[in-house]
Amino acid sequence: MSGEISTHYGEGNEMLRLATAGSVDDGKSTLIGRLLYDSKSIFEDQLEAVERTSEQMGVEHTNLALLTDGLRAEREQGITIDVAYRYFATPKRKFIIADTPGHIQYTRNMVTGASTADLAIVLIDARKGVLEQSRRHAFLASLLRIPHLVLAVNKMDLVDYDEKVFEEIKAEFRDFARKLDIADLTFIPVSALHGDNIVERSRNMDWYQGSPVLHHLEEVHIASDRNLVDARFPVQYVLRPHGDEFHDYRGYAGRIAGGVFKPGDEVMVLPSGFTSRIASIDTADGPVDEAFAPMSVTLRLTDEIDISRGDMICRPNNQPTVTQDLDAMVCWMTEQGSLRPGMKLALKHSTRWARALVKDLQYRLDVNTLHRDDSVSELALNEIGRVRLRTTLPMFVDEYRRNRETGSLILVDEGTNNTVGAGMLLS
Amino acid sequence: MTTTTHYGLDHLRALEAESIHIIREVAAEFERPVLLFSGGKDSVVMLHLAQKAFWPCRLPFPVMHVDTGHNFDEVIEFRDRVVERSSLRLVVGSVQDDIDAGRVVENTGPRASRNQLQTTTLLRMIEEERFDAVFGGARRDEEKARAKERVFSFRDEFGQWDPKGQRPELWNLYNGRYRPGEHIRVFPISNWTELDIWSYIEREGIELPSIYFAHEREVFERDGMLLSTGPHARLMDGEVPERRVVRYRTVGDASCTGAVESPAATVAEVLAEVAATRITERGATRADDRASEAAMEDRKRQGYF
Repeated sequence: MSGEISTHYGEGNEMLRLATAGSVDDGKSTLIGRLLYDSKSIFEDQLEAVERTSEQMGVEHTNLALLTDGLRAEREQGITIDVAYRYFATPKRKFIIADTPGHIQYTRNMVTGASTADLAIVLIDARKGVLEQSRRHAFLASLLRIPHLVLAVNKMDLVDYDEKVFEEIKAEFRDFARKLDIADLTFIPVSALHGDNIVERSRNMDWYQGSPVLHHLEEVHIASDRNLVDARFPVQYVLRPHGDEFHDYRGYAGRIAGGVFKPGDEVMVLPSGFTSRIASIDTADGPVDEAFAPMSVTLRLTDEIDISRGDMICRPNNQPTVTQDLDAMVCWMTEQGSLRPGMKLALKHSTRWARALVKDLQYRLDVNTLHRDDSVSELALNEIGRVRLRTTLPMFVDEYRRNRETGSLILVDEGTNNTVGAGMLLS
Repeated sequence: MTTTTHYGLDHLRALEAESIHIIREVAAEFERPVLLFSGGKDSVVMLHLAQKAFWPCRLPFPVMHVDTGHNFDEVIEFRDRVVERSSLRLVVGSVQDDIDAGRVVENTGPRASRNQLQTTTLLRMIEEERFDAVFGGARRDEEKARAKERVFSFRDEFGQWDPKGQRPELWNLYNGRYRPGEHIRVFPISNWTELDIWSYIEREGIELPSIYFAHEREVFERDGMLLSTGPHARLMDGEVPERRVVRYRTVGDASCTGAVESPAATVAEVLAEVAATRITERGATRADDRASEAAMEDRKRQGYF
């Protein structure tokens, strides 16, 4: 016998964050344009503006890419440079699209857009099959641990809606995907231009039994993607009102990064190692019986112990690793200098800043072939490699594959203050 | 017996949790934050979120109104009431002061707007008050340049935004580091849409200035927009004032913010209207965005929010 209990806060719909990767040539903008248009998320004045600009540019068809390519430079060059965020909703879900450029020179932008995504759509041109670019996008989606990957085989109209073409691409991609760590992989044959299998099921491809893209986005199960096992609460801010009404109030505000917390739970505070119990989980709307990722709440403990920002509240029998030596896959994100052993950087992990020394660059990963090159001495812009770091303070970390919140870090140049690296922790 | 528990947040709760996280990060990492508060619905929601973030404490930073002098009386009255009720510290940056001191020159003619002049006042106030983080209620769905904006948006010592040189922003790890003279603009409601804002206003029972709801007002038509008559409006030939039932979808400088005809008198009615509308709020009501395809990008580069 099994039972189901549901703790769901709010009566509205769930939110799904998706990332799309590809170039205009793959029909990515057409796909997004169609999702937005068919869900009535494009407004008349936006469409008119795009039509006007398309006309000025001398383009024959209304170029839906202009909806997302918002910067002057992007419109002038006809390319997507940066991540653009788009929003649409259906009666079932709210969607946030991080629309990212597909070219290798914008790998950092795709990594950025993918970092918070629940699902990625990678587009493949049915005529061209699995290209180097498609492999790279799939690899980045798996590196960033996006839980769901959709391979949209586009332009099926140009291959006569041929099932064989679709099956060949599927087989080829599956073969490649075996080398990756992809939890959920879905293939959908589409024609974004004609709307086949985008919102409505295609009549031109009776042989396809699966869902159209939108239906898949509405139904894919994401509630269990977050880590609900390892209780992690990075302390963000200490609330001490000092007023008459709340004279002795001392609350630890933060956003739950993993697991479930309940009043009465025994907890441990790092780095001190003190243990206590949760007296109450507060919100401005009143106390709650349970709190889980990604809720922002305030914890009060039964004991008065010294806790400050950057500390981590966890369970005595389930703690993150406390260490000053970090192994991470790092994506280097700046053209101003390379990552080299010996350099020092600022590092942010959860709510904790430290300084980090690059001890070692073990190898560089070729994002197209997955080949490991251990002869390199530096990582340049858009390159990804395995790096060993030594931090000034102990950090409270989990493997990225186990928890994206407590397994990720950013590296910041101490001179310019620019974010120059993104790291995913390995065991 | 095995029991599986499903844990979930709906989208408004998820958005709220994200915004509260952002606001607390700023309070924790900056010396002198300030929250831009105009009385417009987005800034009202942002203030509401900030108050929830620090409950039961008071807001640990002041709010600031950049006052163009072209105001709707109802909005100023509302602003003062909110400030009073929540014991906020209000800082007012006056565009009129900059005009009087000759730091900016006001455009003349009936189409003159003080919208552009706000930038000078905003940057002067940031400098004078040494604010290092400025919360703004801009949303990415509003406008295509804003769609490219970061949550933590770096500004150099001239207050400039460099859209091509933005810091990558990953996971929920915000980089708020800056050098003296520079500052960070923070947009905690980046991921909210107009519909989310109204749904949240309804759910939380948030009070708004009365001009967001249907009322009778003397207006005239210009460039397809309904502008209010009054001390800040100068009629041109052929423009005839008439009384109509209108409401405002956005609240900005009174001289360039248009009303829409609407009978929606309650939040629920407005929500139904917003859900069915086919024109964006800025497209319908803001002359300042109509200057060119890149009007917002150009203003943002100069330091507008």
